[in-house]
Formats: sequence, C-alpha cells, structure tokens
Amino acid sequence: MHRTSRRDFLRAATGLAVLVTVRPAGATPATMQDAIRAVVGTARVTKGRVKLELPPLSENGNAVPLTVLVESAMTDAEHVRAIHVFTEKNPQPDVVGVRLGPRAGRARVSTRIRLADTQTVIAIAELSDGSFWSGEAAVVVTLAACLEET
Amino acid sequence: MRRLASALVILAVAAAAFAGEIPRAERRSGYDLMSPETRAMQDDDTANPGMLSVLEGSALWSRKAGGAGRSCADCHGDGRASMKGVAARHPSFDAARGRPVSLEQRINACRVERQQAPALAYESRELLALTAFVARQSRGLPIDIAIDARTQPFLDAGRALWERRQGQLNLACRQCHDDNWGRRLAGSVIPQAHPTGYPLYRLEWQALGSLQRRFRNCLIGVRSEPYEYGDPALVDLELYLMWRARGMLMDAPAVRP
Amino acid sequence: MAEALISVPSRARRGEIIEIKTLISHPMETGYRRSQVGARIPRDIIRLFVCTYNGTEVFRAELHPAIAANPFITFSTVATESGTLAFHWTGDNGFSVKETAEIRVD
Repeated sequence: MHRTSRRDFLRAATGLAVLVTVRPAGATPATMQDAIRAVVGTARVTKGRVKLELPPLSENGNAVPLTVLVESAMTDAEHVRAIHVFTEKNPQPDVVGVRLGPRAGRARVSTRIRLADTQTVIAIAELSDGSFWSGEAAVVVTLAACLEET
Repeated sequence: MRRLASALVILAVAAAAFAGEIPRAERRSGYDLMSPETRAMQDDDTANPGMLSVLEGSALWSRKAGGAGRSCADCHGDGRASMKGVAARHPSFDAARGRPVSLEQRINACRVERQQAPALAYESRELLALTAFVARQSRGLPIDIAIDARTQPFLDAGRALWERRQGQLNLACRQCHDDNWGRRLAGSVIPQAHPTGYPLYRLEWQALGSLQRRFRNCLIGVRSEPYEYGDPALVDLELYLMWRARGMLMDAPAVRP
Repeated sequence: MAEALISVPSRARRGEIIEIKTLISHPMETGYRRSQVGARIPRDIIRLFVCTYNGTEVFRAELHPAIAANPFITFSTVATESGTLAFHWTGDNGFSVKETAEIRVD
C-alpha cells in the first residue's frame, strides 16, 4: 500500500466535491414566472385539467420520464392548442413547447427531460377558447454515486 | 471457555474467507433494483436508446470493410441467427493469444485478421454499435462461461482483482457488491454488479458504453488509477464477473441509472 | 446508419387514435457543460420536431436543452386516411433528419 501525500488527498477530495456540487446559476421561481408570462401574457392561469406524470424520485436527473395529459375532448370546437412545460431550478426554465390540435385525438405527450436538482415541474395548457390551465409535480433528484472524470 | 472462544474465532475467520459468492437464489440483476420508470425504458425497444446502437450495428454488420472488402455478413450470414449466444459466452479463450478475450477484442480480431481493416477504437461509436448488435442476439439467454484448465488462471486473476482493496478509499469491489448490495451509497442503491446487460445505456453517461467503461468509473470512484481500455486485468475481471453471474439471463442493451 | 427509431402501427381503423413513438440519436449538448480545462462546450441541440400526415402538420414540438439526450417523444394522432407520416427533426449546426412511415387506414 503506497503512502498518499496530504496534498494528493486534498486534491482528490476537493475534486470529488467539485464534481458533486457544480450547478450553474440559473432559473429561479421568478425567472420561471417570467417564462410563463411570455407564453400566457396577462391571461389568468387556472389550476386544473392538466396532469403531470413524473416519478417522485428520480435515480438520475439526466433522463426523467415525463407525461402530460390534458382533459379535453379534442374536437374542432374544443381542443388543446398548445402545452408548455417549465422547471423552476434548471439553468433555464423552458423545457418543451408542443403544438396540438383536434387531429391529435387526445392531449397526451410523453418525453424524457433533464432535471438539474430536486424541484417542481409545471405544465401550462392553452385551450382553443384562449383559456390557460396548469398542473405541476415535484421530483426528488439523486446523483450517481461513482461519477466519471470526463 | 477459552476453547469455545478460539472455536468462535476460527468460525468467524472461516466465514469471512467464504463470504464471497452471493448464493444463486439471492442473485439479482441491477434491473430488479431500478425504478419502474427506468425498467420501462429498458423494456420498450422503441424507447431504449441502446436500440439506436443496435440498429447502427446491424447496418455495419452488412458493410464491406478493409483490404479484403468483406462484411461481417459475408462470413457470418444473418447476425440475428449466427450470433445467438455469442455474447453470453464471452470472454472466451483465444488459442492464438493464449488468453481469454472480450467480445470487443474478438470483433477487432476479425476486423484486423479477416477483413484486413484497422481495429476499431475502444468506446468508439462503431465498436459499440457492433458489440450492441451482437450482444442483443443473446438477450434472454443464460450466461454460459466455460472454465477449464486454460481459463482457470485468468479467472483466479479476475477474482483476485475483485477482492483486492485499492485506491485512496482503499475499497475492494467485493466490499460493496458482495457484502453490501441492496444498501445505499450516496442515495444510489448498490447493485450486485452482474454484467448481464452490456453494452448498456447509462443515464449518467447519456450514452451507450462498455463494461470496461463502467469498471473505469468504479476505479475512479475509489480514487484509484483506472486501467487503460484493453488492459488484460479488465478482461480478467470481466471473465470473473461473467462467471460469477453464470446462469443469469442476458438483457443487452440494458438501461441503468 | 440508424439515426431514428419510429414506432407507428402499420394499419388502423378510420377514426382510431394511434400512438406514435419517436426516438432520435442526438447528444442534446446543453451549452452549460464545461470541458476539463474550463472552456464552455457550445450548445448543440435539436430545436424543432414536426410530424405531418399526408402533408398536413399534426404535431410540433419546440425543444430546449432540458430535453434529455437522444430525444424520445410520444404523441398521438387520429388515423384519418391511408398515406405517409413524415417526421422532421431540425437543430443547431444544420442538423436535419427526415423519416417517414406508411400507414394503411381501413
């Protein structure tokens, strides 16, 4: 067993700490509200009709499965025009913006997203009558134990 | 009283020495320790990003290469049939080299010797694609590693590496993966480390990678200098782990956190 | 070279809602990562995904760096008529991939 110098140990320990704690300064709940306002304008957003399916605990923030469902008959008269997804703590709040219409049949979209930290994800649905609805879900994000130095 | 105490000490020491292999009935794939969402990602071939590599490998399989102007298909025909069970039997003994070789090394041996093409770099997109394609053909098949007089010394070397403390954290693989599997390390569940699903899509890498890449991650994790890709020590370790997982079903390309 | 995996039923009844699953190979480099020497790795992502059904757009998604690498997008559409579903991904650095799938609607 070779002797490790104190300097080497500190360097290694510091390296490990940097890998774990690095997180670029970015979105806050305030900037997320700005991003939502950019989509919604001055219209009111009502909580409801939008369901977000996210695992409550994610093993890795690099790929978190997400499904958004909006209650809507998806007819010509009444349908979902768009769905926008936002996060509060990622470097930027926008995740994805989806355009639908009556030809979708149902307002249900799935994808995989990145989450930088434990946080809340919000989805805003724009309906054909101009109204906005929202739903949200909270996710706890854990990191891998053995990271790679790349 | 003294005799009982010494008998107990002997028993404890003996137990520690044999506290090696996980009993067959208790063997669990890393798949079983994952969340339902990640399992679903692996199970759905249209959602599993590893399948993109498999498709790529399938295309490479038919592509002519090298001075010989031959494709894998020219010798091996339809890979989906001819490669069945091959990944489940690797690493396997190569008489010319006098030692076991990994599937990646076997593919490169074919490239160099039969196709007269340059070897593909470890962790290159092409080598991962071909390995993923071949490994996919062993899905659902039990790992079947043959140990005989020729391969025994390499198995022993692999086991020795598994049991040796190393790195600044002074940990042996065994301590986490044999003695403490199922417990948590920094929020992640420690798996038993059976390589049933390689090459696999690791969410941490956001890419498909080989078992050697995973070994290097672990070695870096215990603050040890990792062996270079292709180092015989890593192939010995792979041989030991595949033998340790014998009978378990392959599930490449797997998805892991 | 397989860049994308599409899952579409080859047949459907008229009016049936069908599910379409798409998976494309792309690192979705966020632009927030730094190299070992501290230099920022520039953003390189898919920005837009559009699906058309016999030429008419039926689905559109604007992607941001928060979409995971190798973007997986699942959506639905009503099977209206037989024909071609076309998928187009575009993004930074001139990224452009097109795929099609045929569907027979009875």
